[in-house]
This record gives sequence, structure tokens and C-alpha cells, in this order.
Amino acid sequence: MSKLEHHGTYTPTTGVGKWIDARMPLPRLMYDSFVAYPVPRNLNYAYTFGGILSIFLVIQILTGVVLAMHYVPDATKAFDSVEHIMRDVNSGWLMRYMHQNGAHFFFLAVYLHIFRGLYYGSYKAPRELLWILGCIIYLLMMATAFMGYVLPWGQMSFWGATVITGFFTAFPVIGVPIQELLLGGFAVGDPTLNRFFSLHYLLPFMIAGVVILHVWALHVTGQTNPTGIEVKSKTDTVPFTPYATIKDAFALIVFLAVYAYFVFYMPNFLGHADNYIPADPMVTPAHIVPEWYFLPFYAILRAITFDIGPISAKLGGVIAMFGSIAVLFIVPWLDTSKVRSAVYRPWFKLFFWVFVINSVFLGWLGSQPAEGVYVALAQLSTAIYFGFFLVVMPVLGLVEKPRRVPNSITEAVLERSAGSGGGSPQLGDATASADKS
Amino acid sequence: MKNLVVKLGAAAIAVTVMATGAWAASAYPKNKPREQDWSFAGPFGMYDQAQLQRGLKIYAENCSACHALSRINFRNLADLGYSDDQIKAFAANYEVEDGPDDFGDMFFRPATAADAFPSPFPNQEAARAANGGAYPPDLSLMAKARAPIRGFPAFVIDPFRNYAENGPDYIYSLLTGYKDEVPEDVSVPEGLWYNPYFASGTALAMAPPLFEDMHEFDDGTEATVSNMAKDVSAFLMWTAEPHMDERKQLGFRVMVFLLIFAALLYLSKKQVWSRVEH
Repeated sequence: MSKLEHHGTYTPTTGVGKWIDARMPLPRLMYDSFVAYPVPRNLNYAYTFGGILSIFLVIQILTGVVLAMHYVPDATKAFDSVEHIMRDVNSGWLMRYMHQNGAHFFFLAVYLHIFRGLYYGSYKAPRELLWILGCIIYLLMMATAFMGYVLPWGQMSFWGATVITGFFTAFPVIGVPIQELLLGGFAVGDPTLNRFFSLHYLLPFMIAGVVILHVWALHVTGQTNPTGIEVKSKTDTVPFTPYATIKDAFALIVFLAVYAYFVFYMPNFLGHADNYIPADPMVTPAHIVPEWYFLPFYAILRAITFDIGPISAKLGGVIAMFGSIAVLFIVPWLDTSKVRSAVYRPWFKLFFWVFVINSVFLGWLGSQPAEGVYVALAQLSTAIYFGFFLVVMPVLGLVEKPRRVPNSITEAVLERSAGSGGGSPQLGDATASADKS
Repeated sequence: MKNLVVKLGAAAIAVTVMATGAWAASAYPKNKPREQDWSFAGPFGMYDQAQLQRGLKIYAENCSACHALSRINFRNLADLGYSDDQIKAFAANYEVEDGPDDFGDMFFRPATAADAFPSPFPNQEAARAANGGAYPPDLSLMAKARAPIRGFPAFVIDPFRNYAENGPDYIYSLLTGYKDEVPEDVSVPEGLWYNPYFASGTALAMAPPLFEDMHEFDDGTEATVSNMAKDVSAFLMWTAEPHMDERKQLGFRVMVFLLIFAALLYLSKKQVWSRVEH
């Protein structure tokens, strides 16, 4: 076991503290998890998004609970009730804009968090379950965001719901019943709005539950770090408080400042003008486009324009779209490399950035009409997306020659600071050992 | 490794920005809205009450013949600098339906500050019947509901220059954008008016609504088409976003707080981490 023993450092000093500790040691759990918990000393800012995400979940739930006090889930009143919130509820505009833009920044943070995990190989053994729990959270977030977007009952809400629930009809036999179950009828209407509201209120609490499991799994295996080397000795780590706490707090406030800029100065930049038009089942908007965080998947959906044997183009598109998320779940087993971090994998690093750029490009394609050259580009881009997971990940692990991996986190840190002219002779002695390659 | 953060950040900005979803290609409007100077543009921009008052006058004397403004109550006009008495007197010019009375009948009474602007037509069908089949939309949210796609690279730059006036720019451009001379490749159906700034076609059913000197303003503002279009666009921005001033004022305090807090946290972080190589 290389994992550092970090339990048992909590000693309650007050009488009340001792009394509680003997009965339900919640303060001990908190202390061990968020104070004494050892984290690698070399974590960079890419590792701060986990904390940021948990704060955003709290922001979304708090603003959402207030909004739900004033919102009316009724097809004839929903739009008006949102405008009532914007105009007449005290600080209602603030709650609404925080919630709406909060969703965008929640996704921004989750994408950075996921990309960080891919880059540093955070999904590899023994953290497969940790990764899968993260994928489940992401999936729940997508469902929550989609249903939340329907609630204001604007044009894009209505038609987005129509298009997305329409996906399910692609599946033979079970497709139409699933769609009718989702809609509560044959078309998007009042029953749809009511069940979406109910689920939109439920799912965030399910997310919170899975987040607890995610954090639990994290605290069992310990965090990865940019070197990908497991913690081996006490010099590799620093206590969570104050080190990680202060760094996370700084990153959080910077992220919140960007978020606040959009909330207060450009609250509608990330939204659609069409959603300020009340839903009208008789008028289809010229372009039905999902929110940006769904655009890459929308592009994949529309990229399949050809039948594959018995699979129609429509079903193929839906399978490809669901597959593009499903593939994330098996990433821990697709990557065959023994080296965890991209820092020591020159080829993986290259392909990673190709993947990132390609994902952004897919997003752009998702915002374009599915015609002409865009279709071919979307097909190419979809192939690159799946190619990264299904070809590059398994093959590269077998053929790539990784760079020399340092023996320990401490060694990596000291090598780097020695390189930049710093260095601590005191700790340096401890790592003077072996340069193997 | 800080490099990675920078790169991830750049990628993130690109994605976010793409966001607007925006950018879906569209043939209309043919001409992009012309950007105007607005008193409410920018982080410190506030509504100009005199301009909103002129806009209200134009709405009340012109637009309201066909367009509803149902999300605005007379009491909201306090934002424009009117006193309670002025609002009461203004509201009393309008008749609203109320009831039923003790006999079960509906009746009309003068509006009060608590009432919304009455709509010119009882329903969409009546509005269409009176307007040759076209439906004059409710204007309450128009400045947020009409925001033509910005396109690349404008939408990337917009957050950096804090451009959020696409809606009023659109309304202004539309109101001043009617052209008598129709290009040869455009056919304008009978009864419609050519306007290359229109969001969903080349022509619309609304005739040019503003004419030189059709109003007289107490503050001596010249009643040019351009001035009036600007005033009514600003007014519609206010009807769509009545709390904008409050939003920006609170935003300033929040930003100052966050930036000072961030600076303090950064210094604390430096201090804490100076004890350890990392």
C-alpha cells in the first residue's frame, strides 16, 4: 500500500467535540477529508475545477429553489411566470440570470475537468470507478440542463424538446413508447412541461448524491497529479488545508469573476434570442440549435446521413450520439498505456490536443445547418472523435515510447525547480537516487 | 504545466464563445444591424430617462395602434422619472376591461397604475384580421427576442468589448431601414414593404412607421426619423430589461469585491505555498 495513512489525526479538544465524536464522528470525517487529507504537492490549477464544480452545484440548487417558488409549470403560464420573476420578484432577475448563466459555467467547468482527467490519465487504475461516477454525473447534468432549458417555455425550449424527444423514435418497437412516456402524450405540451419540471427539481439532488460517491472514491484512491506518479512518501504531499484550500479558493473566485461578468454585463450572450418568444406550436424557428454544450453531440447526431445495413440513418445518428457519451465510460479500459500522464507521452499529448480542437470544431459544426460541406466535415470530425477513443487510445499505449518518468513526485518537483534555478537542497538529498533511463 | 491551464482556458473560451449557438448560418437579415451609441451600453451605461420618455411618447402615439406592450404596467413608468400623480393621470387616459360586476357584466373603467398597458386587439385573430393577415407582435420583449446572429469573428470579440446592444441596434436599423428602391433580385409581394434589415425575410407587412416631425418633444429634441427610431429602440430595451441599471450597479460592486478578494487570496496562496517547492 503506497497510500499514506491519514486517519486518526483528529483530536477533539472540547467536551462537546468529544461527546459528538464518540457518537457520530462527522467532525472527524470532515477534518480527515478537508483538513488533514494529503494531496500531491504538485497539483496545478487544472485540478481546481472539482471544487469549482461543487460550488456551482450549490449555486444552481440555491437559485433554483428560489426560482421554483415563483415559477409556474403550466404551458399557458410558464413563460409569463419567468417574466414575472424577471420583472416583479425582488432580485428575481438576479436569481434567473445566475441560474441560466450558472448552467453554462457549470458545463464549462465540467468540460475543463473532464479534459484535465483525459490529459493526466486520471481514469486509470485504481480510479476507474471514480471516472465512471464522474461520467454518471455528467450524464445527469445533461438531462438536468435539457429539462431546465424547456421550462421557460420559449420557442427554443419547445422546439428543442420536440427535436430531442424525437430522437427516441429512431429506436424500433420501444422508441415511440419511450417518447410518449417522456412527453406524457403525443406531442410536447403541458404534461411534458410538468414532468420536466418535476425531474429538473429531482435530478440535481441525484447529482449531489453521486458527487458524494465521487468524492468518496477520490478520497480512497487519492488524487492523481500532473506527473501521474502515485504518492510514495510523505514529502510527496501537503495537507489539504491550507494548501489546496487556498489554491482552490483563489481559482474559484477568479472563475466566479468571469461568471459574474456574464451574469451582470452580458446575461443573454450565451442564450438564444428566440427563447424570448413564447412557445408557439404553429411556428417553427428558422434554426433549431441546442445550447453550446450540446453542440458537439448534435453534430455527431446529424453526421450520420447514410443507412448502415438495417440501421437507418436516423437510428445510426442517435446510436452515434449516445455512443459518443457511452465511450467515455470505457475509457479506463481503452487506454493501454502503462504511463498515466500525457506529460511523458509525446504522441498522446499531440493526439489529445487534436481531440480538444476537434471537439471545439464539432461544436461549431453543430451550430451550422446540416447541409453541403458541413455534412462531410461533421463526418470527418465524428470519425476523429471516435478514432481518438477507439483507435488512438488502445494502439498508442502499445507502440508509443514514453519519456522517462521520474521516480517520485518529489523528484519531479525538484527537477523542475532545479531547472528553473530554484531547488531545495534539504529535500534534494532525499531524491538524489536513480536516474534510470 | 501552467501551460496546460492556459491552453485549456483558451479552448474553453473558444467553446463558450461558440456558444451563442449563434452562428447558425442564415440568409436574413440581408444587412447587419447598424451599431448605434447607446447611453446604456457598456458596464457603466445607464438608461437616459429623457430618451425613454420620448420613446414612451412615440410608442403611445404610434406603435400602440397595432402593437401590445402587455408586460409593462403603468406603475413601471416610475423608472422613467414620472411621479405617482403623473402616472395616475397618464393611466387614466386608457380604458381597461374589468369585471364581472355585481350583475355579472364586464365593464370598462379608466386604467390605474396597477394595470398593464391595454392591448390594441383582443386576440391574435383580431389583430391579423385588422392587419391584412400579419400579426403585429407584442413589443415588451422585442429588444431581447430579436438579436440577429453576430457571426464570426464578431461573437468572439463581443464579450471583450461588452457588446450587448444587438437588440436595440436591430430595432433602430429596421425602423430606419426601409428602402424605396428594391434591388432587381428581390421581389416584394403586394402589400409588403422592402427592408433589408428585417430578420426573417426581405419584406415585412409593417409600413414605414416614422415620419419627419410627426412628434413634438418637450425637450426640444428634433423629431427626425433617426432620433425617433433611436428613442423608441431605447424605450423597448427598457421594456425588455427594466432592471438593467440596477443589474449593472450591483455588478460593479460584485466585480470589485471579487477582484479584491481574488487579489488577497492570491497573495495568501503565494505566502502559504512559499513554504514548499511545487
